Amino acid sequence: MSSGMNWNLFSFIGDFGGFLFRSIFIPWRLSKTWRMILDQIYDIGVGTLPLILVISTFTGLVSTVQTVYQIVGPMPKYILGYTVGRMVLIELGPVLTALMVSGRCASSMAAEIGTMRVTEQIDALEVMAIDPYRFLSLPRIIGTFIALPMLTIISEAVALVVSAAYAHYFLNISFSQYNYGLVHFFYVRDLFGGLAKTLVFSFVIANAGCYYGFKVQGGAREVGQAATRAVVTASIMILVLDFLVALVVFG
Amino acid sequence: MIRVENVFKKFDAMVVLHDVSFEVGSNQLIVVLGPSGTGKTVLLKSIVGLITIDHGTITIDGMNMLTSDNGRVFEMRKQIGYVFQGAALFDSMTVFENIALPIVQHTRTPVKDIRERVKEILNIVGLQGKANLYPRSLSGGMKRLAAIGRALALDPKYIFYDEPTTGLDPLMKDRIVELIGNLKREYAKTGIVVTHDLDTARAVGDVIYMLKNGTIEKLSKIGKEHYG
Repeated sequence: MSSGMNWNLFSFIGDFGGFLFRSIFIPWRLSKTWRMILDQIYDIGVGTLPLILVISTFTGLVSTVQTVYQIVGPMPKYILGYTVGRMVLIELGPVLTALMVSGRCASSMAAEIGTMRVTEQIDALEVMAIDPYRFLSLPRIIGTFIALPMLTIISEAVALVVSAAYAHYFLNISFSQYNYGLVHFFYVRDLFGGLAKTLVFSFVIANAGCYYGFKVQGGAREVGQAATRAVVTASIMILVLDFLVALVVFG
Repeated sequence: MIRVENVFKKFDAMVVLHDVSFEVGSNQLIVVLGPSGTGKTVLLKSIVGLITIDHGTITIDGMNMLTSDNGRVFEMRKQIGYVFQGAALFDSMTVFENIALPIVQHTRTPVKDIRERVKEILNIVGLQGKANLYPRSLSGGMKRLAAIGRALALDPKYIFYDEPTTGLDPLMKDRIVELIGNLKREYAKTGIVVTHDLDTARAVGDVIYMLKNGTIEKLSKIGKEHYG
């Protein structure tokens, strides 16, 4: 049984990686694809932005409250900016944004492509000599690759502004004190390490959505299952890759 | 010319196509008749390479669809229009965009000329004024007409129709039967129609084949006994 499970896992990884490879390493024909890429950037970026604003607002608030709770003794006040800043840049911003985009976009990609599969729209593309991977997967993968880092930067900025405002108005920590901790202990590696994660996450999110969409066989029930699997797979892989990238960049 | 020779296809233990052979000559419209579930769609999809057959040969204009590389198969598909049973229109695109898609993807035609071409196709299929509607706003018959329009976009040599009149009211059925005939007579489209509808088969077929229990047989006339 164990060997069977191992085989399935490796088989899945091979299949999943093969799908990503097949979706990216095809003739791009940018002139025919760029509009679809822009549509995806808009759909993923603008479509997810309200959700990201809400999430990042509360990320900023909660991380501030939790940090203050853990700061005991005669600690300098600027330590709050330093601690929250690093938490948001390294971990909370990239991971929470990726999980939100995964929940919203991977499921929607799987459902959309899965529906196209069961209604023969993907067959129609093939019969029209249009590569469905270039037409459906590539724009979504590139769109997520571009939109996710932008959403992450916005998310981090909002979380830090909200955190600073909360500290100023409710914790008697001035903006300058907060800013001192944030800027003085800022490492470029924190920002770019976090953004490097988002680039890896973007491949996982879009690929999971498209992969499970293409795999659908059956009807409405299978489309729903594909959407669920896409989100679950993307979420787990985000957490696993978060650890691996952390080891490489910060380990 | 399309040549199907000794085609076998089975799904698990169920044999769907057993030694199926036939030919479609230039400017000929053949009908493959048969009850539902006999493998007519499998046969049609096998010819364009959407389904892989187990054994046999399928050639279109001398090109083997099974052994040729993907690039050549894709080039050949530009010469084939395929009308799916459920129309398979892209939900997120208007009728205009559906019809224009193959032209946009495969040619460098200027936008103005694409508009003209789509307008011409809409006139042929009788969907004038429907260009900006989405598939969800169309009736089943109109979807079928739009799908025929999309199949015509690249002015293909061949058109394959999968159950083109199934589930339609008599008036729409007549309209589509007439359109299929016109496309053959006036636009010299060679075609294959798979259907279970006797009236459609009689009305459009130059040659009629019966597909039943996996085997195919050429009919000289259609009788009720063929449905037995």
